[in-house]
Amino acid sequence: MSDPVTTVPAGWAVAAAGLLGLLTTAAAVFDGVLTARAAGARSSGLGTPVWEVARLLRQRRRSTVAADHLLWRIGGAGLLVMSLMIVTVVPLGRWTLFDLDVGVVWFNAMDVLAWAFVWLTGWGANSAHSLVGGYRFLAHGLAYELPLMFALVAPAVAASSLNVGTVAAAQDGLWFVVWMPVAFLAYCLGAVAIAVWGPFSPALGADIAGGVTAELSGVDRLLFTGGRYALLAAGAAFAVPMFLGGGAGPLLPGWAWVLLKTVAVLAVFVWLRRRLSVLRPDLFMEFGWVVLLPAVLVQDLVVAAIAVGKG
Amino acid sequence: MVTHIAFWALAVVAVLAGAAVFWVNSMARASYALALSFIAVGVQVLLLQQNYVGVVTILMMVMEMAVMAVYMVMFMGMNPALMPMSMVHDKRHAVAASVGVFVVLAAGVLLVPWPARRGAPAEDVTAALGEELMGPKMLVMVVVGVVMAVTIVAGVVLAAHRTRYDRFGDDLRRRPANDPQPGGVGR
Repeated sequence: MSDPVTTVPAGWAVAAAGLLGLLTTAAAVFDGVLTARAAGARSSGLGTPVWEVARLLRQRRRSTVAADHLLWRIGGAGLLVMSLMIVTVVPLGRWTLFDLDVGVVWFNAMDVLAWAFVWLTGWGANSAHSLVGGYRFLAHGLAYELPLMFALVAPAVAASSLNVGTVAAAQDGLWFVVWMPVAFLAYCLGAVAIAVWGPFSPALGADIAGGVTAELSGVDRLLFTGGRYALLAAGAAFAVPMFLGGGAGPLLPGWAWVLLKTVAVLAVFVWLRRRLSVLRPDLFMEFGWVVLLPAVLVQDLVVAAIAVGKG
Repeated sequence: MVTHIAFWALAVVAVLAGAAVFWVNSMARASYALALSFIAVGVQVLLLQQNYVGVVTILMMVMEMAVMAVYMVMFMGMNPALMPMSMVHDKRHAVAASVGVFVVLAAGVLLVPWPARRGAPAEDVTAALGEELMGPKMLVMVVVGVVMAVTIVAGVVLAAHRTRYDRFGDDLRRRPANDPQPGGVGR
């Protein structure tokens, strides 16, 4: 079987990081516009991310008494690193940075790091509010992580491969999103959750003074917030080869389709923030285990049966 | 060559991070020092071309340490887990036991006549490893998996102090259930 993707030299990692940066900025700009519109502000909100970055870069870095600085900084910067590691296995049309034979598991290992990084950011500040936020995230994690894992199983079973490029190539003609919608929804829920976004934002809730981000300031807050947008972008990018046919599409070349689909998914993720209510961690826990997990398992069973039936 | 250097560097990281678990004075640092140690081992396994095993090791261990952070505060009460505290208990016996284990293992490494390589590695080393470990004992493995899952469920059932009669009343007819922590599905 011919390899569906070509590995590009490591130097292209810089370009991939730049591309992720562009997507991240686009997500932040779009969110700024939506916020400005919702608030009925006179300005368009296009410049919001720029002003926010400038403000945070000028702001003095605040610290707390007896903070665990090492773990706090690791947690704050970790989300950005995670998103960069995720995009290494996402093929851009024909090219990929890291053609790992177990790329799907790689994504899973990287998304689990969110548990560590978000909790550490909450822990490190030595502040009650931010620690409560960290535990809220873990409570969400216990509910979304297993459905997310089993959602990733479905495309891998259908393609009988854990290689992301092979999974994308296996959707020749029929995208996985069409015949495994439950897995796709569970995946999207997980992708939004690792970015602590929208329905999963109680960890940063205003009722606990900003939760995990309560004590973050200056460049630390910039890294954490930027990391959340970058994770949204990386989650959207990974959905494309897994469920949306990768670079498949008429007229345009593969890489353009991958980008186009990524931007579309990312826009929906950003937009959803204002459309869905937040999920209370304690209530979502039961939903995750009693509704979501069985639904995804049934999805896996159906996919496995079809895969066996096709031979 | 680079692989060799990376392998040994990771080995040093793994051992030092493992030792740090006992040096540090905070539960969080101990948990994540252990996670770092396991991540280094996971990357070593990746270098051995056991890609699946390596990545799964990283996945499982990071998640495990995060879950440990939950239990640490849940079961230890807030104060001891959040305050600086020593990570070693019963030092004298622990030192004796660990020195003994180290001497035995190190002696084993030095005294065992290591075999020279015969033949070449298999095409897919992960599949070969799985075959070697479980091939003829697949039925046993499947049964053990089910038994472990049942044990977990049974353990939780035995440990929970509330029964269905507490939840649903003596005639099991109370709806919704009387739970101290309501769930999201409204059972």
